[in-house]
Amino acid sequence: MSDYMKRSFLVALWFVFLTFPLMVVKVNTLKNTVEWRWMNMLWVAIGAFVLSLLWRWAMERRQLKNKEAESGEEESARLGFGQRLLVEPKLYKPVLAVLFVATIAFPLLVDIYQTNIMVLALVFVVLGLGLNITVGLAGLLDLGYVAFFAVGAYTYGILNSFWGLGFWTCLPIGGLMGALFGIALGFPILRLRGDYLAIVTLGFGSIAKIVIENWEEVTNGAKGIAGIPRPGFFGADMSITSATTYTYYLMILMVIFTIFVTNRLKDSRIGRAWMALREDEIACVAMGVDMAKTKLGAYAFGAFWAGLVGVIFAARNTYINPNSFTFMESALVLSIVVMGGMGSIVGVIIAALVLILMPEYLRAFAEYRMLMFGAIMVLMMIFRPEGLIANVRRKYRGHKVMTEDVNA
Amino acid sequence: MQYFLELSCSGLVRGSIYALIALGYTMVYGIIQLINFAHGEIYMIGAFIALIVAGVLTIYGFSGVSILILAGLIATVYAAAYGYTLEKIAYRPLRNAPRLSPLISAIGMSLFLQNYVLLAQTPDFLSFPSLIPDFDFMEPVAHIMGSAELVILVTSAVAMVALTVLIKYTRIGKAMRATQQDMTMARLVGVNVDNVISMTFVIGSVLAAIGGVLVGSYIGQINFYIGFMAGVKAFTAAVLGGIGNIPGAVLGAMVLGLAESFAAGYISSAYEDVFAFGVLVLILILRPSGLLGKAIKQKV
Repeated sequence: MSDYMKRSFLVALWFVFLTFPLMVVKVNTLKNTVEWRWMNMLWVAIGAFVLSLLWRWAMERRQLKNKEAESGEEESARLGFGQRLLVEPKLYKPVLAVLFVATIAFPLLVDIYQTNIMVLALVFVVLGLGLNITVGLAGLLDLGYVAFFAVGAYTYGILNSFWGLGFWTCLPIGGLMGALFGIALGFPILRLRGDYLAIVTLGFGSIAKIVIENWEEVTNGAKGIAGIPRPGFFGADMSITSATTYTYYLMILMVIFTIFVTNRLKDSRIGRAWMALREDEIACVAMGVDMAKTKLGAYAFGAFWAGLVGVIFAARNTYINPNSFTFMESALVLSIVVMGGMGSIVGVIIAALVLILMPEYLRAFAEYRMLMFGAIMVLMMIFRPEGLIANVRRKYRGHKVMTEDVNA
Repeated sequence: MQYFLELSCSGLVRGSIYALIALGYTMVYGIIQLINFAHGEIYMIGAFIALIVAGVLTIYGFSGVSILILAGLIATVYAAAYGYTLEKIAYRPLRNAPRLSPLISAIGMSLFLQNYVLLAQTPDFLSFPSLIPDFDFMEPVAHIMGSAELVILVTSAVAMVALTVLIKYTRIGKAMRATQQDMTMARLVGVNVDNVISMTFVIGSVLAAIGGVLVGSYIGQINFYIGFMAGVKAFTAAVLGGIGNIPGAVLGAMVLGLAESFAAGYISSAYEDVFAFGVLVLILILRPSGLLGKAIKQKV
């Protein structure tokens, strides 16, 4: 124990050293004055000491768990509660029922502000599910996903402000535009792999934003497009409250639709081709899968959802400008996919809700929320690297002998 | 003609700054295949610490060059410490995790460091004292290349030569090359791989901090957000040259810097980033593994 204390003490000293210039000293270069904030040093020391103790404890626990996992053989018995919940109908049916009632009742129980945030969270659920196709299923890293989202939002914004087209007309057009851009982006980068792909997609994301910012005649530049109508309901006149509630239910339907389609896609021919491509490109091509078609399909399907939900996003905000489509949003969606456990639909939904709602409810900590958000991202990855709910892969078992894990 | 020379010069200056940052990316990537998104933040922290040290020293009456040297030294020491700690906290526990996990951890760390500086210091732009003195002998060519630009070019050239020597002729350099080629094998022959990785982060951070100090003094203002775009550009440069390849990173950075500078000068400065990424896409289409990257042979 004293060893623990000593090491944590050293860690605290190290962090005091590390944070000294930034936390303690504050210079005013215009007036040439220095402010020494010694109290901060104390806080850093105490904080680092406590966190270091916690860290050591958590790490030791993690190691113990890993050891157990290595020695334990009964695979099925060790399935976490979260995963059992997904597999056993006895468990998930009641949960689903409760969830269903809660979703329906949600806007009636809370005020419009909460509903509005929930709509945003649901938008990110769909984005996460869409990116899950590209990254989770097909294994193509995409750091510029938000570009397609922007394409959808601006499709609605532009079509509406120039030709007065309505929400329901623009919804499918937005989706198709997204898919089209997905294919256009997919073409030049078919040959690239892994991290090369990452930077090129990141580049495309930035290009999309720059073009939107500078193409003033069409996109109205940095000022953005205002006065976008909310979704209509057979021309009915709606107050803001009922329009928001309506958007909420619309988003719920959208999420269910997305889940349905992506789930079916996963087990379809092209879904299997994606997973095969992710696991081993060469073997996959050797088995006769058309690599170009499959990859373009993954981009197109992923981008389709982003375009679709972009339209809804524009309608929800009634105002769009380029600042909603930065790299941060792409990183956020990617984090949702990875934290959810790549390829797992339930995981993506939970991660999206957590990541979008957390900063909203962390507002109590106002300025610290982005700091904590970053820290939580790191901690999540360290203590649950496979994500919240690791994707349970379908396994085929032999009749008598429990066959070895094929995916190992 | 003079305009052309001016643009080339500013392109090279940009290029050498990108190169200083890109080297850190490419070295880390070469060894652990991680895109260290927080690397741009180290550069930003380097610039901030130099600013703070310079501010304090100015108040206590130090003068010109001694401030530059002290501020630069302290900034690099701190950047190295940050780089080391970053690796230890955010990446080491994830050594055997799925490939995307360290990437997310890096993005989280980048957010954390940005907001840490924002909260500890200020969200506004701070004016950076111009530490680099004006040389008299640069007077005749000052309209093309100023003293600050000369210092940047020379410093980064020296840093790159030092890095090459370090990697080629020292023990730790040899260990780094071994780890890059085959981590398991390096471990078998007695290389302490963990130390090598830490060392890589330290060296990369030192280079980034040098870049940060130079840029701060050249442009004259910094804020907590400068690291992000610089990081993205530097990473682009590293990929352009073939990621994992050290001369490639420098070459890529120069190509990128020149392309941006010419695009901004002759076409439109609003679209310079579009040209930067356009060049990247074009080169990657023609050479999918970058300018100097080796095409990976696929064994079936």
